[in-house]
Amino acid sequence: MENESSAHGLDFEAPIVELENRISELRSFSESSEIDLSGQLEELEKKCEEKKRAIYSHLNPWQRVQIARHPGRPRTTDYIHGFVSDFLELHGDGTYRDDPAIITGLGRIRGRKVMIVGHRKGKTNQEKVACFFGMPHPEGYRKAIKKMRLAEKFGIPIISFINTAGAFPGIEAEERGQAFVIAKNLQAMASLKVPVVAVVIGEGGSGGAIGIGVADRILMLENSYYSVISPEGCSAILWKDTSHAPRAAEILKLTSSDLSNFQIVDEVIEEPIGGAHRDPMSTIRAVEEAILRHLDEVSDLDPEDRKLKRFHKYMAIGRYADQQQQVVEDQG
Amino acid sequence: MSDEVREPRSSRRRDVPSGLWLRCPGCSKMIYKNLMVERGNVCPECSYHFPITSEERIQLLCDPDTFVEHLKELAPADPLGFIAKRSYRERLDETQSKTGLRDACVVGRAEIGQVPVVIGVSDSRFLMGSMGSVVGEKIARSIELAREESRPFIFVSGSGGGARMDEGMFSLMQMAKTAAAVQRLHEVGGLFVSILTNPTMGGAMASFAALGDVIIAEPKALIGFAGPNVIKQTIKTELPEGFQSSEFNLEHGFLDLVVDRQEMRGTLIRMLAYFCQEA
Ligand SMILES: [Zn+2]
Repeated sequence: MENESSAHGLDFEAPIVELENRISELRSFSESSEIDLSGQLEELEKKCEEKKRAIYSHLNPWQRVQIARHPGRPRTTDYIHGFVSDFLELHGDGTYRDDPAIITGLGRIRGRKVMIVGHRKGKTNQEKVACFFGMPHPEGYRKAIKKMRLAEKFGIPIISFINTAGAFPGIEAEERGQAFVIAKNLQAMASLKVPVVAVVIGEGGSGGAIGIGVADRILMLENSYYSVISPEGCSAILWKDTSHAPRAAEILKLTSSDLSNFQIVDEVIEEPIGGAHRDPMSTIRAVEEAILRHLDEVSDLDPEDRKLKRFHKYMAIGRYADQQQQVVEDQG
Repeated sequence: MSDEVREPRSSRRRDVPSGLWLRCPGCSKMIYKNLMVERGNVCPECSYHFPITSEERIQLLCDPDTFVEHLKELAPADPLGFIAKRSYRERLDETQSKTGLRDACVVGRAEIGQVPVVIGVSDSRFLMGSMGSVVGEKIARSIELAREESRPFIFVSGSGGGARMDEGMFSLMQMAKTAAAVQRLHEVGGLFVSILTNPTMGGAMASFAALGDVIIAEPKALIGFAGPNVIKQTIKTELPEGFQSSEFNLEHGFLDLVVDRQEMRGTLIRMLAYFCQEA
């Protein structure tokens, strides 16, 4: 992953990547020549840390969108490998086709049974194409809800990993009812009595994201985004081309801190300095910890109460003015 | 999702020339305006359904003088402080004074064929009928009203963009909120009839509008998830004739009925009789 990440260096990261390259060159030179360069190395590493800290403490929304899309960032399958034991993938959607853009299956997190549902972007080129780069078709959403209903039947909590640019916009997707299946998923997830914890791990692309995202707790990695429309799509509507995506990313208020301020997101999971793609392992551990903590909290509730609380959670999202033109904030 | 927010031009309320004749966007023929209006704003030549206001829609569907508006006081805020070329606030103010509406839907109690119902109607004159906090709140709370009063819920959708971009994630979350309200109505055995008009797309179509026990559309409406332009740009091919039309959706099994505007009230009355009357 380290290699992949530097191969896809982001513009604003160039000074970091340059230092990282110098460090690794120096280290391999030191090793092959058996010359002790630990002093210089230490110096460079310190400089690199400072650079990372400087850049990553002032990220703008567009930079965060780029980090959220970084190919070296841990994906649903990395989290599954990272902390889900005894994972048993279940493929069927029961109707049409196995959509690899959504992965579902049973597993255990520190001994606790869970049903995993998540977007899958694919790693190899072949996988990426098969997954439509993580953009599901209707059968993907159908697969997800079939597995969630199975989990409901056996009282198994559901963990949902959100990472999609959006549901796939295509002829066949429409023929097979993209809008209708997403709607049905939203309704079905509102009906569940088992705990549901959703984590936005990268891209939270609109309807395609929320289609598996109705949950008791919504968590978000620090540099992920969640938006009603992609910055490019927003730019195209407002300025007739996609070149204003950075500005669109700003005005859409799609970052984890914006959404935490709006009380739409329950917790922002901090990423290591330099982003999740620089240190996937510690990111994966932080996500595991957060999931377990929220799962414990929501598991304590009576199932009917949990479902009712979930309903009220969503009823409370929205800001409008009443007759006196006073803005009503987050109350149903 | 809301890539289509300002798109389907055919759905825009056309500027009707003040004269007696106008050109129909459906068949391009010159048609006599009075005749068109008399037929519920439907072209007498080709049955093209012109957009109508929420007020006209309520008149068309409900028993005379039975509609009582609910949640009238809800008005949009600007939760993101959304400013592009123009600010959301400005666009809201302008649209409000132009239409006399506070936001893009009207809900209330009414009777249809003497059956008490809760009915909601979106109004495409208001930012393309898109769903922000107010629309989501009105829909969810009127569904709750229907549940509490054991009335059927009828909603006439019409929204090009679906979720309203200018309210960001607040808009997207209305999809989950309205769908959750439909679920609660469903659990007590309440009836929801969803009526789709041109266009119903994106976040509106992918939430409450798709969740009717019975789903009816007006003819030739654009109905789907992704906007045709977005699909064209993604797959780089032309779209088949009639793609995402009401008839296309009926053929693919997503609609129960395609009903002419003139027949809609009669159809609703028949349907309500089946679900809400003993014999
Ligand atoms: Zn015509």
